[in-house]
Amino acid sequence: MTEFFDAVQTIPLIRYSLLAGIISAFTFGAVGSLVVTRRIGYIAAAIAHSMLGGIGAAFYFGRTYDLDWLTPMFGGFLAALLSALIIGWVSLRASEREDTIISAIWAFGMAAGILFIHYTPGQKPNLESYIFGNILVTSGSDVTATFALGILVLLLIALFYHKLVAVCFDEEFARLRGINSNAYFLLLLAITAVSMVLMVRVAGIILSLALLILPAATASRFSRQLWVIMLVAIGLTLIYNTGGLAMSFQLNVPTGPFVVICAAVVYGLSFFVKRKRA
Amino acid sequence: MNPVESSEHPTPVVAEARGLSFRYQKPLVLEDVSFRIHEGESLCVIGPNGGGKSTLLKLMLGLLEPGRGSLKILGKSPAKARCDIGYVPQALRFDPLYPVSALDIVLMGRLDRLGVGLYSKACREVAMNALEEVALADSSSRPFSDLSGGQRQRVLIARALACEPKLLLLDEPTANIDLSVEAQLLETLTRLREKMTILLVTHDLDLVSAVGDSVLCVNRRIHRHSLPLSGEVVKEIYSGIIRVEHDLRTRHSQGDHSACQHD
Repeated sequence: MTEFFDAVQTIPLIRYSLLAGIISAFTFGAVGSLVVTRRIGYIAAAIAHSMLGGIGAAFYFGRTYDLDWLTPMFGGFLAALLSALIIGWVSLRASEREDTIISAIWAFGMAAGILFIHYTPGQKPNLESYIFGNILVTSGSDVTATFALGILVLLLIALFYHKLVAVCFDEEFARLRGINSNAYFLLLLAITAVSMVLMVRVAGIILSLALLILPAATASRFSRQLWVIMLVAIGLTLIYNTGGLAMSFQLNVPTGPFVVICAAVVYGLSFFVKRKRA
Repeated sequence: MNPVESSEHPTPVVAEARGLSFRYQKPLVLEDVSFRIHEGESLCVIGPNGGGKSTLLKLMLGLLEPGRGSLKILGKSPAKARCDIGYVPQALRFDPLYPVSALDIVLMGRLDRLGVGLYSKACREVAMNALEEVALADSSSRPFSDLSGGQRQRVLIARALACEPKLLLLDEPTANIDLSVEAQLLETLTRLREKMTILLVTHDLDLVSAVGDSVLCVNRRIHRHSLPLSGEVVKEIYSGIIRVEHDLRTRHSQGDHSACQHD
């Protein structure tokens, strides 16, 4: 393990990945708990996959028109936010077609991403690193962006915690008490989208989704207080991200898949532990 | 702003409908409905399924707009009077595993006073008083999922009381709860009827006779009846269906459990 600590001090990429993992653990634990308890994991999955369309579009337009500011992560961020708003709107307005439209956005996002990459001039970007993650592409600016967006998401949750909980539990009653339930549901989807963007660079789309859902799902098996679930999920994600990075470095295996398999195994084992009854 | 004064009743009018009609698609769900609810009254709304009870409740909450006619709550449109209405929906509607405590839910009654961040100390005090009112102060920190059906229903009543309402609307509070729990709920509602105006939608005729001053029978049109209801009125409204349910419940409470198999 001393090799890992030496690497953290001497190799910036490892240090950046560790920092990104620590920062995003707080965001993922808090947002994941809201997503899992509101049972909108499938919406989070669609948002995550639609990011690929934005990443591909950013590569294509960025290179074709020399737009340096249009980074892949910025494209992914816009696509995630846009799909969150579309899914949210559909979910509120046409619930009978909700699953179909979510599936359509999911598929469209991935297909558009692959097509954009196909027509991107010059050397083709490695899509796999965005789907499955690659710690070797994490930079100092990624860590800064992760930190800034993480603070924004946590601040929004802290400020509107009770209203988000009220809307998740009983949106009709919240509306009767003067709360704009639709706006808060869209806010929840928007912060889910932002959270997904945070870890895509390191863990990839699929693995970020797993990190959003699995620690919160494990935590929710042992507590029936949302704030406790959030704290436990943050703790678990911290352990997975830091311990997983260290172990994968030590064992020389890909970090993202290793972390997610650990999280999935712990979630599976949680079913063998008797739930606490009050 | 002030409740409309009535010349026929000693207390002011809290809710008044005049020639109210409503339709979702083609057929009218409510047709030319007129009624008045006075302050301090405890009114039960009964009627067959699809007769328009829930629609009437939604109109009174301002969740639906009347097609024709007018509806005023405390002299205002229902949407503007929402903050003065305490609403108790059916407990079955909720995800029973949603991780919130009884107090968290009751505090939702103070959402209109919540800016950003945490609820104020005053809001917490109101919420605790509401829980005390339904005899659940000791269970304030218990998760909603750990409470029994009757306790959950009483938490929802406490949430409505935390709104400090002038009018309390309840939607089938005894639906899907067993008879022993129903007795606790009945006690709570009997206590509350002394303190506020209540409109209660129910199929439970025992509840009607225990809590109601009079009955609004809704089946597209509305007829007001005083209590006790005659068997003929019940038959007319429900075509006998509810009377059978009532009989079954009576037999059940007398120990004939075989009756439940047909309920």
